[in-house]
Amino acid sequence: MNDRPPLIVRLIKGFGMFWWDFLVGDTPELFVAALVIIGAVALLSQTWHANTVAVITLPVLAITALTVSVRRASNAAKRK
Amino acid sequence: MLAATVSSGVVVLMGAVFLACAVEMVEALTIVFAVGHTRGWRSAFEGVAVALVALTALVAVFGPALIHVPLTWLRLIVGGVLLIFGMQWLRKAILRSSGLKAMHDEDAIYKETVAELENAAPATNRDRIAFVMAFKGVFLEGLEVVITVLTLGTSAHRLGLAAITAGVALVLVAIIGAIVAKQLSSVPENAMKMGVGILLVTYGTFWVGEGLKVRWPGNDTFLLAFVGIYAVVCWVLVSVIKPKSPSSPVKVDA
Repeated sequence: MNDRPPLIVRLIKGFGMFWWDFLVGDTPELFVAALVIIGAVALLSQTWHANTVAVITLPVLAITALTVSVRRASNAAKRK
Repeated sequence: MLAATVSSGVVVLMGAVFLACAVEMVEALTIVFAVGHTRGWRSAFEGVAVALVALTALVAVFGPALIHVPLTWLRLIVGGVLLIFGMQWLRKAILRSSGLKAMHDEDAIYKETVAELENAAPATNRDRIAFVMAFKGVFLEGLEVVITVLTLGTSAHRLGLAAITAGVALVLVAIIGAIVAKQLSSVPENAMKMGVGILLVTYGTFWVGEGLKVRWPGNDTFLLAFVGIYAVVCWVLVSVIKPKSPSSPVKVDA
């Protein structure tokens, strides 16, 4: 008896795993940050029509996310 | 003004594709050299050729399909993906530059691959192990290049230019790699990764904004401002987290 799932299931699972590793991987905080950035800028730009604030907020949030992620990794490395 | 606007967008696009392709090629080439030297070149080249055909087929299939996605949605999704991908590259490059993460060592990877191959079954005329190793190395590294080319190329409506740039990078790295052979470790890979990360985050930020109808001052020219801002941020982060006393790199997860 062959317990292996069908080829199509394995292909879908492999495809899903690839994107999971690619986008989330070991840095889920960056994935979440990107979603937060998109949500915040969508609110600013499309709901409140605050273009200038959106122009500033988008890179500032990206820089903040990167800084937090780098800080976390560096603190973890220094503790080791 | 129009010329400046077009050229700044094109320069950033070509720079991002070229650097991303070159970095991934160096990594793939290390594996191919290890396979070729240990198990013979015939199967290694066959693996490379099949991987390149598979990657080209992916571009041919998904490239035209992506053009039918509405541009606003395409730029938002692609921008989001590039933002995440770029921040991941930058994070790694910053940690490596500050000495908190060991540098990507092509020599070590070469030795590891050779050791793995030497322990495998002896090589025959048609060496399956060599074929699979070379195929996997080129296909997996090339997949990142394909995603970069497809996302950047289709969103900028310059898929042809992105594909040609990637092709030029591929040929150049292959020629240089063949000349310097096993000295791939002397390629300033981390600096290149930092450059790619900056360009990917730049495009990610720009297209997330475009997808959400943000009007950037100066349109495409604002890309250059982003390149400058993110480069300064990286330099500051490296300076701030760099340990005061020199020590051996600590392994950081991811």
